[in-house]
Parts: sequence; structure tokens; C-alpha cells
Amino acid sequence: MAYAAGVDVGSTQTKAVILDETRRIVSRSLVDTGANVTRAAERAFQEALQADGVRDLEVEYVVGTGYGRYKVTFGNTQVTEISCHGRGAVHMFPKTRTVLDMGGQDTKAIRVAPTGEIVDFCMNDKCAAGTGRFLGAAASALDLGLDQLGPTALKGERPVKISTTCTVFAESEVLSWLGKGKHTEDILLGVHQSIATRSVGLLRRVGIEAEVTFTGGVAKNPAMIACLNERLGLSVNVSDESHYIGALGAALFALDHIVASREPVGKAERAERAGPAEGAAKGRGDA
Amino acid sequence: MSCTAGIDVGSTYTKAVLLSEDGQVLGRAMEPTGFKLGVAAERALHRVMEELGLEAEDLRYIVATGFGRHQVAVSDVQVTDLTAGARGAAFLFPNTRTILDVGGQTMKASRVDERARVRSFRLNDKCAAGTGAFLEKTARYMGYSTTEIGPLVSTSKEAVTISGVCAVFAESEVINQLSQGAAPADIMHGAIVSLVGRSLQLMKRVGMEPEFTLIGGILRFERMVDVVREHLGARVNVPPGETVQFVSALGAAVLGRRRLQKLAQSPAGSAG
Repeated sequence: MAYAAGVDVGSTQTKAVILDETRRIVSRSLVDTGANVTRAAERAFQEALQADGVRDLEVEYVVGTGYGRYKVTFGNTQVTEISCHGRGAVHMFPKTRTVLDMGGQDTKAIRVAPTGEIVDFCMNDKCAAGTGRFLGAAASALDLGLDQLGPTALKGERPVKISTTCTVFAESEVLSWLGKGKHTEDILLGVHQSIATRSVGLLRRVGIEAEVTFTGGVAKNPAMIACLNERLGLSVNVSDESHYIGALGAALFALDHIVASREPVGKAERAERAGPAEGAAKGRGDA
Repeated sequence: MSCTAGIDVGSTYTKAVLLSEDGQVLGRAMEPTGFKLGVAAERALHRVMEELGLEAEDLRYIVATGFGRHQVAVSDVQVTDLTAGARGAAFLFPNTRTILDVGGQTMKASRVDERARVRSFRLNDKCAAGTGAFLEKTARYMGYSTTEIGPLVSTSKEAVTISGVCAVFAESEVINQLSQGAAPADIMHGAIVSLVGRSLQLMKRVGMEPEFTLIGGILRFERMVDVVREHLGARVNVPPGETVQFVSALGAAVLGRRRLQKLAQSPAGSAG
């Protein structure tokens, strides 16, 4: 049996997924990225290998993705996180046509074809407004943990209107609302609504087509899911495994290479081309 | 003794200036604004009055300005920071035609006429990358406080290029530069160059013309003034020392004094 691996080196966490030939996830792991990106990638990969007794030799092909993908020194190739997220989301939720990926530093809207190929994408890579950082700023202003934000916001009844765009100014705005006697939950609900509104704006730029799959670290936040559902007028797909979607997509690309290498030359060339074609979808890490 | 007061409630600091009947600056005080804007304003005002040994009845007219001006309960009238800044700049430098005001959370450029009336203005208060908060964040990422920015950057020999697109994303840029061995002073210098680049864009959009007067808390950094001067290729007026932070408060006090004079002239004493 041949195995394929995907390693997704994100700004905060590094994820690895190992697939077997039947596209079944046999192992996965998650480690903090930290300062040494190469080591984080190695650790994530080794942990995934040990987790299920899959030996290094058996993993035939490794694809690196995420902003630190070029630091995956043991990887055979790299694919952008946009391509991997699209591919992974369609694999997890086959009817996905639009993906919203909200991470710690950026938010991406991706429209995908039924095959998982990228049709269009849009991201805020110039400004931290409307990213997970905005939630982080609110959390530190209110002295709450990131995992408390969603549940607290869901208790809000009269959300405040957050007027700041900039994440830096959000912190002072949150404090000034507190100073005016507003409740923490109402302020937080306002913060979530403001980010959801921005994200829907980003999604509109690529065109919103059902189903919408919500991925990235913020996809674990119940209040963000609720605010998105309300603004989109539909129910977004979310999964507990959503932070593995990038690594899963990378592993699927790795599997393509394995399969293509066994087939006649013509098909193999086509698979080779699929990789570089993703070059058009450049992520933040390329800068 | 009769005097007028100008109070400028800024995003970071609240400033108060007292002006005598004959237009002399009697004293000034500054307090951190915090989140109770009205309280900061009264505290700054009380402090300067106490220092001068003045009583409440000496204070004939109070003008509030700055983003928190409506929270100043004791004020007789409120004016916008653009109007106050223009008055203050013209009081110090009568030939002022273009003003750049960089504060903690705003950046403003305005063009004024020979009577210190604002003819055109542009401002940024949406994005921290174009305000003093950008320098504050950059300093904090490197472990320096705001008060250390001035001394730190004065040791820089050459600016490191900082993109200055987002104050949040600047963090990774700063960390990258540090890990590549760049000196904190040079990184700070780079942040200032990037901020000045944004200032010039605003100034161009108001149709700038000399003389240029620089005001606001961020212009207390000499390096910032130097870089503006270099980029403009022209002479710039900068109020001396701490005065640079008090120009809008001063302008508000100047407007208060004028109002007082008008009130005295009008027979009923109720004009305005």
C-alpha cells in the first residue's frame, strides 16, 4: 500500500495528514509552528508517522502547503494553500462551491469547481481587518481566551455597532464600549457581526454559490458560524476537522502524483501540469 | 485676571492651554485621555489652573476640540480639530498654508487661507498604518515603549524599508528584519519613513503649498520632522518642544478669546 502526505505550515499551527490509496485519512497531527518553521514541519510529519505506525518509507510523496511550504525540506513539491483548501473542502463536503477560510492572519474567499479546482479567489492580504486577529484584539481587550469568545458572544442580545475597520483601533473601541457600560457579550456579538459582514463582502467578490464551506481556525467559533449563517441566509458547512483541510488537500495532490506516476506518460504529464498551474493562486507566503 | 481656555481631547492625550486677555500663553497641561473623556478634560484644566493659581471665575470662556470635544461638559462651545489646528498653527506661524497633523490615532492634512480658514482637508482615522499607532506598534513589537521611540531612532544611520501597509502585519515584517540582523533603531526609522510617505499623499491631495506647519504629538520626534523636510524638499515650521502637541488646544483658546472680544463689543453681550 502506498501512502501520500500533506503538510500545511500555517502562521500559528502546522498540520500533517497521511492518506492511503483509497483516500482514507490514516493519520494526522497538529503542532505549534513557532519560530523554526522547518522543524515544525518535520515534527508534524514525524508525529503523523508515529501516530499510526506508518513508516517513513511507505510515504511515497509529500506535498507542502501553507505560508511556510517552502520550508518543508523533505517535501517533494509545494502547492499553494488556496488550491489545497479548495481541494480539501470539496473532498470533505463534495457539494462545496464556495470556501471561506478564516485564519489568524488572513481571510480568503475561494470559489471552486465540482472537481475542487479553483475558479476564483480573493483575500485580504494587505490589512488585518476582518481576520482572526480582530477577534484576538477583542479577546485581549476583554481579557478572555480565544475559545471563550464565541460562546460569550452567543449570549449577546443587543449587539453594539463596531465602527472601526482597523484591528489596532478595535481594541480601543471595545474598551470604550465597556467604558460606556455595554455588556461584554453585546460588544463581542457586535465584533463577530462586523467580521462576518466583512467576510461576506469578500465572498461576494468571488461570487457566493451554495454550498459554502467554512474553514480555518475561526471555523471553530460558534458565534462566527451563526453570524455568517444569518448574513448569508444559508447554513455553512463546518467540521471539527476543518483545520486539517489544507493538509488534506495537499495530501490529495500528493496522491495524484503517486497515481499519475504509475499511469502511462500522457496522464502523468497532465498531473505534473496541475501543480504549476496553481502558481497563479499566489498566497501571502510568496511575497 | 480673565482668560480663555482651549481643551483638546485627543485619542491618546488631552491637552489644555490657557490664554490671557492680551493673547499670551499663560500655561498648559496634558493628561492621558483614557476612556472617560470628560474626566480627562476637567483634570487637565484643573491642573493648569492650579499651577497658575487661578480661580474658576477667572476663566471666562472654554472651547473644546478634538475627537472627544462633545464629552467636555464645562465647555462653552466646541470646534472641530481642523479649525482649532488651523488657528493654532496660524497663531504661531502666520504664513501657514498647509498643515500636517499626526496624532496617536489620526492623521490630517489641511490647506488654509491667509485668515486661517480651512479650505480643504483629508484625514485618515480608519487605518492605524497611517497614524502614530503604527510607530507605537512597531516599537512595541521590538520591546520599546512610546517614550523610547525618540531616543531610539535618533541613533539610526539608515532606514530599513518597512512596507507600512498594515500595523498588524508589520509585526511579522519587524520580526523578519530583526532576525536578519537589522538594528531596532533602523527599523523604527523605516517605520517613520513609511508614515511620512503616507503623510505626503494626504498633503498632495489637499493641494499643498508653503508654508508648511507640522503639528501633533508624533511630530515631537525630530526624526519625523527631518524625514518630512527631506521628502518635501522645503522648509517646515515646527512649534518648539512640547508646544507641537498643544497647537490645537492653543487654537481653541485663540478662538475662545476672539469670541470673548466679540461678545464684549456687541451691545447686548449675547452675540454668538
